[in-house]
Amino acid sequence: MIYISEEIKNLIKAEGEKAYPNECCGVIYGNYDDCKKAVSIEPIINASEDGEQYHRFLITPENMLKAELKAREQKLDIIGFYHSHPDHPAAPSEYDKEHALPFYSYVIVSVIKGRAEDFTSWELSDDRENFNSEEIENEK
Amino acid sequence: MEMAVTILIPTALRSFTERNSEISAQGTTAGQALQNLTEQYPAIKKHLFLDEENLRDFVNVFLGSDNIKNLKGLNTPLKDGDTLMIVPAIAGGRGAPAGESDDLSNEEIARYSRHLLLPEIGIEGQKKLKAAKVLIIGTGGLGSPLALYLAAAGVGTIGLVDFDYVDESNLQRQIIHGVKDVGRPKVASAKDRLKSINQHINVVTYNESLSSENALDIIKDFDIVADGTDNYQTRYIVNDACKFLGKPNVYGSVFQFEGQVSVFYAEKGACYRCLYPSPPPPGLVPSCAEGGVLGVLPGIVGTLQASEVIKLIVGGGKPLIGKLLTFDAWNMRFNELNLEKSPNCPLCGENPTITEVGSDEYYCEFCGIKKQEQEKPILAITPTELKERLDNGDKITIIDIREPHERAIVKFPGAVVIPPGQLVRRMDELKPEVDTVLICREGKKSILSIEDLTEAGYSGKLFNLIDGIKGWARDVDTALPIY
Repeated sequence: MIYISEEIKNLIKAEGEKAYPNECCGVIYGNYDDCKKAVSIEPIINASEDGEQYHRFLITPENMLKAELKAREQKLDIIGFYHSHPDHPAAPSEYDKEHALPFYSYVIVSVIKGRAEDFTSWELSDDRENFNSEEIENEK
Repeated sequence: MEMAVTILIPTALRSFTERNSEISAQGTTAGQALQNLTEQYPAIKKHLFLDEENLRDFVNVFLGSDNIKNLKGLNTPLKDGDTLMIVPAIAGGRGAPAGESDDLSNEEIARYSRHLLLPEIGIEGQKKLKAAKVLIIGTGGLGSPLALYLAAAGVGTIGLVDFDYVDESNLQRQIIHGVKDVGRPKVASAKDRLKSINQHINVVTYNESLSSENALDIIKDFDIVADGTDNYQTRYIVNDACKFLGKPNVYGSVFQFEGQVSVFYAEKGACYRCLYPSPPPPGLVPSCAEGGVLGVLPGIVGTLQASEVIKLIVGGGKPLIGKLLTFDAWNMRFNELNLEKSPNCPLCGENPTITEVGSDEYYCEFCGIKKQEQEKPILAITPTELKERLDNGDKITIIDIREPHERAIVKFPGAVVIPPGQLVRRMDELKPEVDTVLICREGKKSILSIEDLTEAGYSGKLFNLIDGIKGWARDVDTALPIY
């Protein structure tokens, strides 16, 4: 389970609408004691090749290194990533699964014709076999 | 000797390291240290390694701020006390790109309904359009309607080649670009517009000019080429490359009020060289920039090309292979000529002499581009120099060879008007002892007139005004309009 406040949800949706028809992507910072709790997000420039950005996103290792260091500095952890699926359901693709790691929350927002709609989160099983839907709770 | 290094573990993998974020490991190379890590925590292995020797491609290891991929990979040597950081590259996306999946989604079916209703196209034809790859050379007058209609029609992959930037004077006919695009690369502006029309398609851009060097490389990945260029050199390169790659070349050209369309497909009919074995001498046929063009004309010719492209993809109908369609917008007349494949064609005839795409020098020389510059050096003067000489009170005769309708746009102060056709006959109006400067719109036609006068035996000094009245308006009298 992951806690995501309405405010952060709206920030992610706005990023998805802004990037449309391309995919947006970014890092979710937060804490995890018993469960993951989102504290802030950071949009990352989609490093996918120009012309591929409408159906692919890529966060380069260099950007990840920066994000990891930033998280450590702020005494936070990277707890997941968000990206958008332009004109596509908010379900992970085979491509998403191949490139995922366990633990992290993979938040997907579906952006249909420029408007953010479904908002889901996914977690990879430890054996890499399944991408399981993860419950999202509004933070109180 | 024992070497201890620290490995920093990302949050995702800490469940395999008992939540430790820093692990001490042994090893003299990055590979050994990681191996040692997996010995301490075996469950982490399948997330880091693809097999015994290779890291998963999204796993990156940094030594300080350097990715070990840029050092010596797993063989990167380590010093005692070094820190390695495991950093996953995060990727994902909605999956199959447009064109990879054959089936049409419900949304696509709704979008292409009017095509699906035509039995000649139908669902099969629309799928072929989706799978098709069309390269459009030039995103100008012809390329604009071509690209717009092919994108709207659902051609899955559209390639655009252009080296040019959007200029104010393009907007009269190049309708893919808008006012806000002036100064942008044409391919970038065009791509944005195409994506706004159809988000399902894939647009590939080449921000360069098509040359004999890159033609085969660029064209080979496409099924059909649509030629929307404005010069002979590129047309011959496109024609030759298409012949060698076995691709159809949907050709269009425009001049003033007249246009031509054909499909050059050496496998099934005539090629461009069958129609024009050699280009006209340079200067004889002015380009659109010199001779002007009715803005709507490339719109008509470009859409004719687009419908030829769609017919070739879908199959059926009567494509213009072995035929040349000519169109005269001023008299509103279409004409269709038969184009026989020439047995003497040096490219696709019985005994071809052209066996490969030549060098750029060959195409330049073939189209007479360099010759002209090399053979007859002529005197030239810049607008600023001319202004200085006039201010100094030098005696100079200025001849304006432009047409009356051009002079109606802007007059050149103090110039004598002599049309190019009358120059030689009226040569005695010029005084050989006085320097003479010839001006036209952009300093090209005036070169031809100077050559005419020299050939006719004129003995005085003749100067060409570099960049013509355009240069004068740019550098000297900026209050004048540029056309």
